Amino acid sequence: MTLRQIGVPLAALILFGLFWEWLVWVNGWPNYKMASPSDIWPAFWKFRGLFLEYGWDTLWRTVVGLLLSVVFGVFLGMIMGLSRTMRDALYPLLVGFNAIPKATVVPIIALMFVGQHDMNTILIAFLISFFPIAVSVSIGLSTLEPEYRDILASLGASKFTIFWKIALPKTLPEFFGALKVAVTLAFIGTNLMEIVEPHGRGLGHLFDSGKISADYPLMFAVLIALALMGIVLYYVVVALEKVFAGWAERNPT
Amino acid sequence: MSNLIDIKGVRHAYKTPSGPLPVLDGLELSVPEGGFAAVVGPSGCGKSTLTRLVAGLMKPDAGEVWLHGELVKGPKSTVGMAFQNPVLLEWRTILQNVMLPLEIVDTGMSRKAREDRARHLLDLVGLSGFEDKRPSELSGGMRQRASLCRAIVHKPEVLILDEPFGALDAFTREDLWQTMHKVKAEEPFTGVLITHDLRESIFLADQVIVLSGRPAKTQYVMDVHLTGERDIEMLYTPESADALNTLRQQIRIAQGREAA
Repeated sequence: MTLRQIGVPLAALILFGLFWEWLVWVNGWPNYKMASPSDIWPAFWKFRGLFLEYGWDTLWRTVVGLLLSVVFGVFLGMIMGLSRTMRDALYPLLVGFNAIPKATVVPIIALMFVGQHDMNTILIAFLISFFPIAVSVSIGLSTLEPEYRDILASLGASKFTIFWKIALPKTLPEFFGALKVAVTLAFIGTNLMEIVEPHGRGLGHLFDSGKISADYPLMFAVLIALALMGIVLYYVVVALEKVFAGWAERNPT
Repeated sequence: MSNLIDIKGVRHAYKTPSGPLPVLDGLELSVPEGGFAAVVGPSGCGKSTLTRLVAGLMKPDAGEVWLHGELVKGPKSTVGMAFQNPVLLEWRTILQNVMLPLEIVDTGMSRKAREDRARHLLDLVGLSGFEDKRPSELSGGMRQRASLCRAIVHKPEVLILDEPFGALDAFTREDLWQTMHKVKAEEPFTGVLITHDLRESIFLADQVIVLSGRPAKTQYVMDVHLTGERDIEMLYTPESADALNTLRQQIRIAQGREAA
């Protein structure tokens, strides 16, 4: 990390904040129309305890939901990637399921398991995010060039060995590409459920409280907190990608 | 059985939605131990199918494939393969790529011995100093050299080369031909080379087999007796020109452009 790598994004962030503050001030907007950064800081400070507590809820629910979708998505992708019949059978089902706007599933799940806030939230985070993982893993496995298989198959290697030594690592770049999409989706899923559920917890619930009590700066503060958490989650995935699939990155030469 | 590879009356058809597509019909091929056979023929005549048969990756509909007096029924670790696409594993270093077959085939070698062998082969093909590079850092010709090392690292009895130099530029290709001779001198193997390049076939092999158009049968077999030092000059002697002419004519017959 050089000064440039930290300094440039930081400067952009500060400039953006100043521009925002100026825009609100010059237009004379009231804070229910658009809160300014100077309104948001006090909101953060006032509810700092809740931000920490609910932030943690949102974070772990998202991560658990995402982990579930990694396990399930990789499993589904493996089945579809290794068997043509399964791919033909499951693909339309999967596309149909993914086409349902998840906002419509949220109330159904909320009713199905009334009061089980953690489970409901994790379930939605999972349901919304496994699709890209399953699709990318299945495409990665089914497009493996036959020669890759042949070099090991001709030595008498088992299907599992071929999968473990070649197919799996070769699919990692696609997997991480999908995981970057999935982490954002899981985050959206978590918040959808938290906002909808009454008497819940999490940042989504804090946002809803802000709405009910007409505390507009609080609503904006939640948005900022969500953005920050989203950035952190995304870059954790990027860091994991560097470790496990860094080889796929070509040096610009 | 005196030949290391014996293919007798092999017939094979692929199942396609529009009915069976015969690719091989009456294929005969014999390569003695230490021999090097080149297989040439029109595009799409089933040459790659032949390699998969020898490697035991598929079974023919009819006919027999024998390796070292044993009927081939499935993959055997006594085969090494290299393709037009070098298919190196991008996440491994060149050294780790070359050592891959040694992780599958039990050679009884210690880890140190396996690494030494891989290093020795890389040195033999002129890749010393590149052991720890990733495949993406190497040129096409270098990747092909590494792929060749991987194909022979477990000392296979049979080396199957499916157009390994097909995607390389002419100069790199000629370099690799020389390398092949060097490797064969140090690491004896029995080889089958699939190629589109007639000059390559007579330069490398001691037997050239011309396949007919699809469904392919053995149409013509030529023994190559090029004398003297194997260098590129050798391809420009009158006897080479004669051999190339004969092969070219056979290919035209195989393509159906000329009567037999």
